Amino acid sequence: MTAAVQVAGLGKRYGKKWALQDATFDLPAGRVCGLVGANGAGKTTLLRMLAGLSKPTAGSAIVEGRVPGDEVDFLSEVGYLAQEVPLYVRWTAEDHLRMGAALNPGWDDKGARDRLESLGIPFDQRVGTLSGGQRAQVALAIALSKKPSVLLLDEPVAALDPLARRDFLSTLTEAVADTDLTVILSTHLVSDLERVCDHLVVLDAAHTMLAEGVDEVMATHRLLTAARRDIRDLERDHTVLRVEQTPRQVSVWVKLEGPVHDPLWQVSELGLEDIVLAYLDRGRRAAGRATLQEVTA
Amino acid sequence: MLMFHLASRSSLPPYAQLVEQVRQALLTGILRPGDRLPTVKEVAGALAVNPNTVSKAYRDLEREGLVEGRQGVGTFVVRRPDGPPPMVQAQLAKGLNTWIGKARTAGLSDPDIESMLRSTLRASRDEAIA
Repeated sequence: MTAAVQVAGLGKRYGKKWALQDATFDLPAGRVCGLVGANGAGKTTLLRMLAGLSKPTAGSAIVEGRVPGDEVDFLSEVGYLAQEVPLYVRWTAEDHLRMGAALNPGWDDKGARDRLESLGIPFDQRVGTLSGGQRAQVALAIALSKKPSVLLLDEPVAALDPLARRDFLSTLTEAVADTDLTVILSTHLVSDLERVCDHLVVLDAAHTMLAEGVDEVMATHRLLTAARRDIRDLERDHTVLRVEQTPRQVSVWVKLEGPVHDPLWQVSELGLEDIVLAYLDRGRRAAGRATLQEVTA
Repeated sequence: MLMFHLASRSSLPPYAQLVEQVRQALLTGILRPGDRLPTVKEVAGALAVNPNTVSKAYRDLEREGLVEGRQGVGTFVVRRPDGPPPMVQAQLAKGLNTWIGKARTAGLSDPDIESMLRSTLRASRDEAIA
């Protein structure tokens, strides 16, 4: 499988602070990848570097075989939707489509118009007067009509109501079905992940914690429960993400590196949401410890 | 045309839910041999679900020999899964429905009913093995 996006040791520093550090993952072509992480985990920084809008301080990124930059042939391969939907509020959808057609070589004008028409979005109204959901749809239609190989979406649905969110994701999944489009979608809405994404990258405190296909993620993560006991064996054989103990019971969220031999552990499956939360929780606790050490040092 | 739906709070992953729904539709006679399943794109758009999830579900059904993909035309139903005919299926569902009514009247909540069903299933499976 060819990688559409390859990121190795990628980092970005603003002044003394690293906004992203040591991000490393490959994303196979044709995947829809959920990019998850707490606020400040570096999601936007990563996407901006992949879009060629910002230069790495360390490491490298390759998108569709190219180093991201501002050359025309790179920009025509990559679509990017920033968090604040990048439209001119005084322009109509029609104005945006005309500009898109003028600026982009392989522009799919019919595709864009069909999409907006089927959603009942008026072409002749200033986009500033459209609803948030409609504006997001206009921006998505424009990004898709460039016919990019890679589409980068920075929290596109965060500000939308549930129905508009579902419509937006429908447009996206339908477009993916039609083409070999690779998508990276940063989101806080873990519930959308399982439905829309087949790949997952979890960023935490500026590091990559997990970058795998959703199927593999689901197959390798388990919740182990038992009467309270020592967990050192588990820690030696597997990656322990989270431990919860009561005086009588212990529950351990693990990434399995092999079979669980000890029959005393009761093994149950975890939902994608539980897995993501376990990683984010671990990141937060690790960050808490780091701050504590700085204080005591 | 079959209408799929996805429950986000289901314990089954999305692709397994789709497989399950086709199997159910075949068992109950909603789908019959020769019927065309909606295209991957149609399902992806209707449910806002990853198209690979839909393809995976269709591949599973194909491996079971229930449906068949025809290049450029679509995916078609070949046969019903092994199981009782729709009439028997409907009677069993009716019987279960009556039982559920009784359980609710007796004060069991839906989660109580589900867990009773699960544990009874497990127990009867263990009995069959032993």
